[in-house]
Amino acid sequence: MSKKNPEYDFKWCPGCGDFGVRRALEVAMINRLEETGLPIENNVVVAGIGCSGNLVHLLEGEQPYGIHGIHGRTLPVAMGVKMARPELNVVIVAGDGDFLSIGGEHIAPQAARNVNVTAVIMDNGVYGLTKGQSSPTTEMGAVTSSTPFGKIEEDLDPLELYLTLGVSYIASGFSGQPRVLARLINEGMNHDGMSMIHVQSPCVTYNDTFQLIKGNAREGIAPALWDIPEDHDPSSKQAAYELVQQGGLPVGVIYKDESRASLEGNMESIRAKARSRSMEQLMDAYAF
Amino acid sequence: MLMNDFVVRFAGEGGQGVVTSAEGLAQASTQVGYHALTYATFPSQILGGPTWTQARICTEPILSSGDQVDVLVAFNEEAYETHAEEVREGGVIIYNADDFTMTDPRSFGLAVDTLARSTGNNRAANMVVIGALAQLVHMPQEYLEDFVEARFRRGRDNDDEIISSNIEAMHLGRQNAAESGFVLGDLAPPNPPDYQQLMLKGNEAIALGATHAGVQFYAGYPISPATTILLWMERNLVGEGKFAYQVSSEIEAITAILGAGYAGKKAMTATAGPGVSLMSEGLGLAWMAEIPLVVVDVQRGGPATGLPTKTEQSDLMGCLFPAHGDVRMPIIAPGSVEECFFGAVHAINWAERYQGPVILMSEMSMAERVQNIRKPDLSKVPVEDRLTYEGGNGYHRYSGNELSPMPLPGGPGAYVANGSEHDEMGDTTHLPSRHIQMTERRFGKLKLLEEENYESDNTGASIALMPWGGSKGPVREAYDALREEGVDIAWYYTMFLHPIPPKLRDELRAKELVIVPELNYQGQWANILRFHRVASTPITQYTGLPFKVSDLVSKVKEIMAEQKEEARA
Repeated sequence: MSKKNPEYDFKWCPGCGDFGVRRALEVAMINRLEETGLPIENNVVVAGIGCSGNLVHLLEGEQPYGIHGIHGRTLPVAMGVKMARPELNVVIVAGDGDFLSIGGEHIAPQAARNVNVTAVIMDNGVYGLTKGQSSPTTEMGAVTSSTPFGKIEEDLDPLELYLTLGVSYIASGFSGQPRVLARLINEGMNHDGMSMIHVQSPCVTYNDTFQLIKGNAREGIAPALWDIPEDHDPSSKQAAYELVQQGGLPVGVIYKDESRASLEGNMESIRAKARSRSMEQLMDAYAF
Repeated sequence: MLMNDFVVRFAGEGGQGVVTSAEGLAQASTQVGYHALTYATFPSQILGGPTWTQARICTEPILSSGDQVDVLVAFNEEAYETHAEEVREGGVIIYNADDFTMTDPRSFGLAVDTLARSTGNNRAANMVVIGALAQLVHMPQEYLEDFVEARFRRGRDNDDEIISSNIEAMHLGRQNAAESGFVLGDLAPPNPPDYQQLMLKGNEAIALGATHAGVQFYAGYPISPATTILLWMERNLVGEGKFAYQVSSEIEAITAILGAGYAGKKAMTATAGPGVSLMSEGLGLAWMAEIPLVVVDVQRGGPATGLPTKTEQSDLMGCLFPAHGDVRMPIIAPGSVEECFFGAVHAINWAERYQGPVILMSEMSMAERVQNIRKPDLSKVPVEDRLTYEGGNGYHRYSGNELSPMPLPGGPGAYVANGSEHDEMGDTTHLPSRHIQMTERRFGKLKLLEEENYESDNTGASIALMPWGGSKGPVREAYDALREEGVDIAWYYTMFLHPIPPKLRDELRAKELVIVPELNYQGQWANILRFHRVASTPITQYTGLPFKVSDLVSKVKEIMAEQKEEARA
């Protein structure tokens, strides 16, 4: 929308990782349109607060619906949209600060419900929009504007967290590979349950990790990024744990549990047990 | 002596039948055409703890739980000591002779459990009590037997046995009361209403009202005294296109209903004060992004955990101004169980009409009160739906200076519902002109909620009485008593606190003084009225209990006398 709207005054820094994520989401929505025939308006993008959340205003081409809400609450908002209108495709876009810090309390219950939404988390290891404070994924020891003497908290491993909390689809990607990322997002959209696509999306201003991720042969820096081998069995939780414990930045599908019903699926079993009564019948229960 | 009014207080330990006896008496009475209302207060624990319930039986519709206790049923000694002084002159105390003995000349003992056991039905203790009470006011036995029949005839093999043991228990209670020699008088015969009735609690009335208004999505988190609405919805808001769920916090509840409201559903949650505090940021978002939703606040004593099982009207400021920034929430505060039904319908209608959040404020005392009400004639209770957008793409959802049709996801008119200040298409902007335009748009929509009707009486008087919410009943009773004594005072009442009906506001402004009895320390509604340039003064009470009519009558007289003094000076 930004190109059409001179009044909209938010900009990502040149070179921001989030550009690649935006491209990946646009491609994924177009792929979905081609696969299902459902219009782009069938997508609802629930955005967190931070640089990443502004993605919802910066999408180009046909526009999906969006909610740009309050800090940390993308998951329950998305649950509300999805359970109100299960035919909609609900996508969350949020950052590590929004999703893992203030919003961390929502991951466990929504994973337990297996609510059928797809979350694309842009992890830059820093609070960018508020100018460089430490986030849950900032490395321990790092000096940031809010940790002037070095961060003294252990940094969080989001992939291990998602596995532990029972997220049923977990993928990991890099913003510098939008095509790969689009495929991982599409697979998440097609998965009937809660999908997390955790993306390394570097902040060029406060935490530029592009070189660490891609490596630099001339300077002798090995890439952190590695492709998940084809023989990895994503249905095995054990294999998934072993994979994320290898460190670096794995790219691909880490875990996928297709045996569990989603919240919508489980609601059907409630509907089968419950008796739906008319207003007159409901009132009659109190008549005398 | 012919009695039109019969008030019984049941007190004891949780689990001794305090609540079932009161509700049984109320049900038996309404069944034959009396009006009944119970007031309940509970301890904050699962089992035991001191508890009491009051049942009031009248030949006319009831406004309050009554402050003249005719009979105290004391299930244990502590209950007797706590409540004995509430018994009116000439009243009677029935004590549970299985638990303790005493020598109060106003009392007689009833071996409640022993008598129940002798019928072969240990669970009939409350029927022993009801039988004894009926005897004290000479309520005919057939009334009670009809009730027992209606209550226990459920098509089980042992229905006959259960019914006969319960009737036997009543007989035993009756016999013991007769032998005691105590008599209160004759309860006047009932004057059965010529309309259909329901007997229910305030929270049930809210749930029914919301259902009639078309609620489709409910998310809630357990909190006294609002939990029963969540339980009701989980049981009844089922079927295609409907959803009710216990989520993980009040923050999840407000944000989930926000997502559902945005997606096109009529969405609601219910909570108490601490939950409203957690929902405040979400309420601000609903206001900013123009998303219809309803939050029910069943008030209790606060702040923090406060008095979770006692009643109070102290959340008004918190509900009117829950969020940061420039907001002022629409507020509907019903004043009776019947108004809980209509208030819930209005709340959902309002949310749809102006496309934003609405708060329905109830209270612990109404939530747990059982009362007979006229069965609502649904054909006369209109239901409203939001204006939805049906054009093509490229729509500007926030265009114009007032309400605009709302696009629904899946259809044309995609936009971003934005919690940041936004332009007409929903994109974030910081332009001063936009913040002016959008702020005025959001406040301007409130005009759509200005209602015409309100209650008024004796409007020529220069001093007026105006309660709000659940204090309506006792204050109206006090008003009637004052008028009977010839006191010249006006009556005003509305459940629409914001926006207040403009004609009502103008009438109140013309008064020399408006007296506002309310259950909080600061006089919150009186303060809001002063903000409206109404000369108001509160009568406050912060005991965790509802007003007593007699207290109100004397306090109103005091204030009126002072006002006259001042006028003379």
